[in-house]
Amino acid sequence: MILGIDTSNSPLAIALVKDDTVLIEETQNLKINHSLTAMPAIEELMKKAKIAPGDLTQIVVAEGPGSYTGVRIGLTIAKTLAWSLKIPLVSVSSLKVLAANGQDFDGLVCPVMDARRGTVFTALYDGQHLKTVISDQHSDFKTFLKQVRMQERPVLFTGVDLEIHRSLIEETLGELAHFAPFPNRLPRASKLIALAGGENVKEVHHTVPEYRRITEAEANLTKTEKGKNQ
Amino acid sequence: MNEDIFVLGIETSCDETAASVVKNGTEIISNVVASQIESHKRFGGVVPEIASRHHVEQITIVIEEALQQANLSPSELSAVAVTEGPGLVGALLVGVNAAKAFAFAHSLPLVGVHHIAGHIYANRLEQEMEFPLLSLVISGGHTELILMKEHGDFTVIGETRDDAAGEAYDKVARTLNLPYPGGPHIDRLAHQSAEAVDFPRVWLEEGSYDFSFSGLKSSVLNYMHNMKQRGETPVPEAVAAGFQNSVVEVVTAKTLRAAREFGVKQVIAAGGVAANKGLRKSLTETFEKEGIPFFIPPLPLCTDNAAMIAAAGTVMYEKGLTGDMAMNGRPGMPLNSWILGFN
Ligand SMILES: [Zn+2]
Repeated sequence: MILGIDTSNSPLAIALVKDDTVLIEETQNLKINHSLTAMPAIEELMKKAKIAPGDLTQIVVAEGPGSYTGVRIGLTIAKTLAWSLKIPLVSVSSLKVLAANGQDFDGLVCPVMDARRGTVFTALYDGQHLKTVISDQHSDFKTFLKQVRMQERPVLFTGVDLEIHRSLIEETLGELAHFAPFPNRLPRASKLIALAGGENVKEVHHTVPEYRRITEAEANLTKTEKGKNQ
Repeated sequence: MNEDIFVLGIETSCDETAASVVKNGTEIISNVVASQIESHKRFGGVVPEIASRHHVEQITIVIEEALQQANLSPSELSAVAVTEGPGLVGALLVGVNAAKAFAFAHSLPLVGVHHIAGHIYANRLEQEMEFPLLSLVISGGHTELILMKEHGDFTVIGETRDDAAGEAYDKVARTLNLPYPGGPHIDRLAHQSAEAVDFPRVWLEEGSYDFSFSGLKSSVLNYMHNMKQRGETPVPEAVAAGFQNSVVEVVTAKTLRAAREFGVKQVIAAGGVAANKGLRKSLTETFEKEGIPFFIPPLPLCTDNAAMIAAAGTVMYEKGLTGDMAMNGRPGMPLNSWILGFN
């Protein structure tokens, strides 16, 4: 019995999968506090499915990037469950989980998470096999889209924050831009679990969030240090 | 004969990732602390986002070590206690969610502990508490006088109106170009000096048990500034001694007055600044003369640790004050009495 957890952005996605069968799956986009709701949601999901913690055989978690706090809550829960139940932990890119919404698209898939001030967490995957074309990163979206355009292929955009950036995407990519229909903009924990098959089992203690961005304090310090050296 | 109670404590409210197992609320079986001081040093203070990042890296390692040292499996525990607040919100969340996941995985009761209650209960790991009891909680985040008439009954009779004592220490240390955290350095310098600059004592209005340290801090800054303007070099040792004398005198006097007024049987100190040698000496001597038993836990139990959380959590667990999976980190959590029910 595999438990999948994605709290890396505003949606909460959890699922139980056994022998390649989805037993139960929940996706919410209520923008509520994961710290408060993630564990009650997991408890409820397992109760409904009549699954005890001891029945779990693996934990799969979305490793980020996304909201720093959101990613940490998912990782903390997943690490603690996996370590204390002595079961394997697998982590998958949160952007790849979103990109899985565009699997089978004949072209490229671009998952987008807004990171404010014109920046996003994003990546570019190929639609057929979800292979990385441009790796997960925190970028100025305008600059990133120019790179995307150079691929000269149709691109499917997905993610809950898509509408914030729609006009910029259309301006930059014109007819190459496609937008995932609304049901395909949320992460699904069943897809997260499906993607885990292609990933290695992690050493639980050393599994850490993939923030894809250094902290502001570190960035400022580097800036001052550079200033001093000049 | 009741069975022994083993509580796992978890603490992540600031810059220490800590886990501990305590037996019957009084005996430390294991006490593991992963300090982040080195990571925050170059920033001159705790950076919340960096603290949170470290917590998630350390949390399972620290809990595992605490259980291994205790030679206990999760099923042998009675409950899991975790710091629910106050503290840095992002830091608290890591401990709270780890505690929830751990309690869920092993069907254990979950107890949410107030950080300051933890500091007070650290003393119970050394000797039994006797009521009424006065506790001086003095750290980087707190300066409070708390009266307890029984277990879980907290009345704050005095608190700082501006900076916490530890905060004032850090700020003064910075003006003396001492490394972070500044408290121990000021303490050390103060002891190297025969002379002390005369800084004011801030007593506030008559009868108040409140504290104020920002005025004192400003006096120190002004003094340094004026010396520089006159082209003189301040003697850091004398400045440190003068500052420390002022803090120690006011804190000692207010604690003594409160102890007398409320006729307490015990006075205990808690928190990182309670490790300060000057303050320790003054309080110890004062209460020895007064004939009131006074205790300060050893240094590792003064600073943030999880044994204190397990100790307080044990009493809450015995009173049936358990939480559920909807527990959240509460950065501004008030210190409410347990005797009134849920806190
Ligand atoms: Zn503390």
